[in-house]
Amino acid sequence: MTCDEADILLHALIDGELDAGHAREVETHIATCPRCAAALKAYREMNAAIAAADVRFTAPAHLRQRIEAALPQSRGTSRRSILAGFAMGSAVSAIAATGIVAIVLRSDDEQRIASEVVSAHLRSLQAGHLTDVLSTDQHTVKPWFNGRLDVSPPVIDLTALGFTLIGGRLDYIDGRAIGAVVYKRRAHVINLFVAQTPNATHSAARTEDVQGFNIRRWRDHGLSFWAVSDLSADELAEFSDKFESAMRTNGTG
Amino acid sequence: MSNGEKQGITLVPGPRHTARARPAANTTMLFGSSRDDQVRAQRFREAALPYLDDVYTVARYLLRDPADAEDAVQECYLRALKHFDSYRGPAMKPWLLAILRNVCHAEFARRAKSNTTAMDDLPESAETTEPLWQESQDTPETEMLQKRDAGTIQRMIAALAEPFRETFVLREIQNLSYREIAETVGAPVGTVMSRLARARAMLRSAWLAEEEQPR
Ligand SMILES: [Zn+2]
Repeated sequence: MTCDEADILLHALIDGELDAGHAREVETHIATCPRCAAALKAYREMNAAIAAADVRFTAPAHLRQRIEAALPQSRGTSRRSILAGFAMGSAVSAIAATGIVAIVLRSDDEQRIASEVVSAHLRSLQAGHLTDVLSTDQHTVKPWFNGRLDVSPPVIDLTALGFTLIGGRLDYIDGRAIGAVVYKRRAHVINLFVAQTPNATHSAARTEDVQGFNIRRWRDHGLSFWAVSDLSADELAEFSDKFESAMRTNGTG
Repeated sequence: MSNGEKQGITLVPGPRHTARARPAANTTMLFGSSRDDQVRAQRFREAALPYLDDVYTVARYLLRDPADAEDAVQECYLRALKHFDSYRGPAMKPWLLAILRNVCHAEFARRAKSNTTAMDDLPESAETTEPLWQESQDTPETEMLQKRDAGTIQRMIAALAEPFRETFVLREIQNLSYREIAETVGAPVGTVMSRLARARAMLRSAWLAEEEQPR
């Protein structure tokens, strides 16, 4: 591979758009080319700096009102909650008919899925691929999922409560794309996997040990949650309590 | 990879167009208030309004004028509602952004006619604007990119020339995939890749140039 080719392809590498074969070719070139290695490093730094600064704009309230005013009116159905993205996701998939299948996990598969959740957790730690979107801002992480998944997980910043939001990632559980929201407490990573479930009833969180990791799972608002970490069972329970309570607060407020 | 796309980068915003007449905001109801229309509008609300900030952000970067951006976003949503029945995908966000792009390009054409605004929005005039700095040919092999505040980064991104700015914003700020960008801007994926490489190279130069300026 020439530097000219690498100049273009290293961006695709950064963006995770390369297949494994091409990614290897670019990495091989970079390993032997200081110029392209420096470029890759600089672009990664630049991306991280842009992600860390909030360079988005917020639509002014009067613009929202102007657009609302132009829509035929209906009452009492406005639900601006942390689940807005989720509600939107299902609406879009129903309308779009693009063949995206909702993530539906059968309950008799729970044990196999628990072990897949642990595998996904381990992969995320080993591959240096913890996050696809690296941001401590829930308003950056949440929109990132939109359009990548037909079910956007609720993204809640718990930093003030001792669990730092690190970012989000697309992962695969049970052969399907699924959202993972990534948190940290001290040096411990928590992967929170979120999937749609046909079972709408609330189920209380419970912890189990799978292959030496604690998994805490619960069901709420038609979503299944799996929090997995090497944190102690107590601290993981604290995490899920705080998450559920924040979700309740936001959901009704 | 050079496919005739313009080389110039400029930090100089064009003359502001403060005095020109702005068309009155169109707040006409597009539909009556029958039950079906209300259901449809509600579905549209749930599907499209969560992306309002995304659409507005892209409009701000493309048009570089808050008032023009507001008008463009409103027009985008009105057009989207009108075509909502025939919407079959792709994902909602790229669909909205493709509509926004058409609205913005109509605005570029209007600006070109009225000749009162940033000349570097017009590809044929890009080379005539005097750049404050040039994309450097040999970037140092070791460089430390200093953290920049959001306002500075926004300004540097807004200073990128089109069509590189558009591709950059869709990728970096909106997180669209290359394929989604290609569909949104109506260009092949290869073109998207070369534009993105150029955009990042220009921004990297701007970033380094910024560091050399006294603060
Ligand atoms: Zn090289």
